[in-house]
Amino acid sequence: MFESTEVTYEELKHLVSDRALKGETVLLNMGPQHPSTHGVLRLLLELDGEVIVNCIPDIGFLHTGIEKNMESKRWEQAEVMTDRTDYLNNTGNNLAYCLAIERLADLDVPPRAQAVRVILVELERISNHLIWLGTHALDLAAMSVFLYCFRERESILDIKELCSGQRMMTTYFRPGGLWRDIPDEFEISVRRFLRMFPPRIKQYEALLTKNPIFMDRTRNIGKISAEDAINLSLTGPVVRGSGVAYDVRKAQPYSGYEQYDFMIPTGTHGDVYDRFLVRMEEMRQSLRIIQQALDKLPYGPVRSNNRKYVPPPRAELSTSMEAVIHHFKLWTEGFNVPKGAVYQPVESPKGELGYYVESNGGNQPYRVHMRTPSFLNLQALPLMCKGHLVADLVGIIGSIDIVLGDCDR
Amino acid sequence: MSEEHLRTALRKIKERFNLQDAEIMHYPPTLMVEPDKIVEVCQVLRDEFDFNFLCELTAVDYWPEQEPRFNVIYGFYSHANNVRMALRVPLNGDTPSLPSIEGLYKGANWHERELWDMFGIHFDGHSDLRRILMPYDWEGHPLRKDYPLGYEEPQFSFNYDEIDKRKHHARYEEA
Repeated sequence: MFESTEVTYEELKHLVSDRALKGETVLLNMGPQHPSTHGVLRLLLELDGEVIVNCIPDIGFLHTGIEKNMESKRWEQAEVMTDRTDYLNNTGNNLAYCLAIERLADLDVPPRAQAVRVILVELERISNHLIWLGTHALDLAAMSVFLYCFRERESILDIKELCSGQRMMTTYFRPGGLWRDIPDEFEISVRRFLRMFPPRIKQYEALLTKNPIFMDRTRNIGKISAEDAINLSLTGPVVRGSGVAYDVRKAQPYSGYEQYDFMIPTGTHGDVYDRFLVRMEEMRQSLRIIQQALDKLPYGPVRSNNRKYVPPPRAELSTSMEAVIHHFKLWTEGFNVPKGAVYQPVESPKGELGYYVESNGGNQPYRVHMRTPSFLNLQALPLMCKGHLVADLVGIIGSIDIVLGDCDR
Repeated sequence: MSEEHLRTALRKIKERFNLQDAEIMHYPPTLMVEPDKIVEVCQVLRDEFDFNFLCELTAVDYWPEQEPRFNVIYGFYSHANNVRMALRVPLNGDTPSLPSIEGLYKGANWHERELWDMFGIHFDGHSDLRRILMPYDWEGHPLRKDYPLGYEEPQFSFNYDEIDKRKHHARYEEA
């Protein structure tokens, strides 16, 4: 009686070529615990010698049912889960979720909160790119870059800890603004980072950009054309490496990105090396945005005054009956978001991160769907790696920059 | 200019296919489409109005309502005109099916597998409709509203056999 649940030969035959059925090519399993698959990604490779004929990604090993779980949490409780999807871009996930609620509820965000959001999200982008650079270089056998990158990432985590008390899962952005105002040391720490980091980027580039081994292993590897990239719904540095200047921050600005002056770096060849160059330049552009945001950081409140969504400050509770009622309501049943649905895209370090949020007017989300960049960018892996060696596959996976938590949710 | 493109596109498509606005969507502008017309509308969107990028494909379950039980949401973006729009497709009944748009947008492949996995929406003409996130032998479609959270009972050594028996019973009945 269990035969019906087994995968049959007929069901999987279409995945591999006829040569595999004749025994001319070899099927090789890679992962899910392989160190260079950046998490729990399993790949079924069809090999002709060492050349990849076909690659079948198998995902879902890190599926934790976050979308289902969010439906049974209140709006503000569900936000905690968004941190856990893409665990290298926590503030970015919070931002997309908060923007979606703010758009549904027509909630205002004070300018100071918006500027701080931009600074933290851009720091997060640098931190994400540092992890990517370190692991990507490590996969291609350049070990020291990894250690340098983690050293610099440490100072970004320190800044996050300064603001929120947490190094990774911050949940610092809340619907209507921030959890609390930034501390006084924030500006000093960020400025110290801004001074320290540009020479460090030069250091990484000295190690890699003209390194003949690195260039040999990345140029003309994993090519994808602009048409294919768009048709496969690719976003982020992967599609920009192919020459498509698509960045949600420029195309449809949010959180005041339209006030900042920055460029969108693009590549021309669409190979692993171009994606590397794009991400290196993106780190510099992020620094520019942080510098501008910090220079004109406005003063004022960091959370909206809409008491139906935002709890009153502690001082008001002892003087205002209304504040006590609002506090009680928000802490016992949460807030209700008007009925409606919205699709809110933001630019995460990996690509377009979109939150589809639907409310039925209650205090819990009716449906949350995350359009995650890792999930869709990974879809292009079979196309990118066909005809390359197994050793190149490792570089190609690194250049897509996936996080399996983001992919499987 | 781009907003103008969006307005003309929406107006022309509405007239040609006789469509209604979806009131529920705050953003982006959305049209309701019948399931049998979806491929045709997508084709027109892509070829005539330059919506070359499928940015989102997801579904919502309105159980216990049956008509419609599901809504499938297609989000589109146009790189040339920098505008977004979306389509909503209502689906009735417990075993709905839709034609696949994989032939137009290759990126829909994994999206549609995910919808099959999570909602049990069957996509006709899909090249490789297998479960994607859940294990291949999983029963049920987790994101449906009638699928309870925490259904799987944890098996400990003292009650392993008891729960195991129940599981086999459930499987046997379904098969």
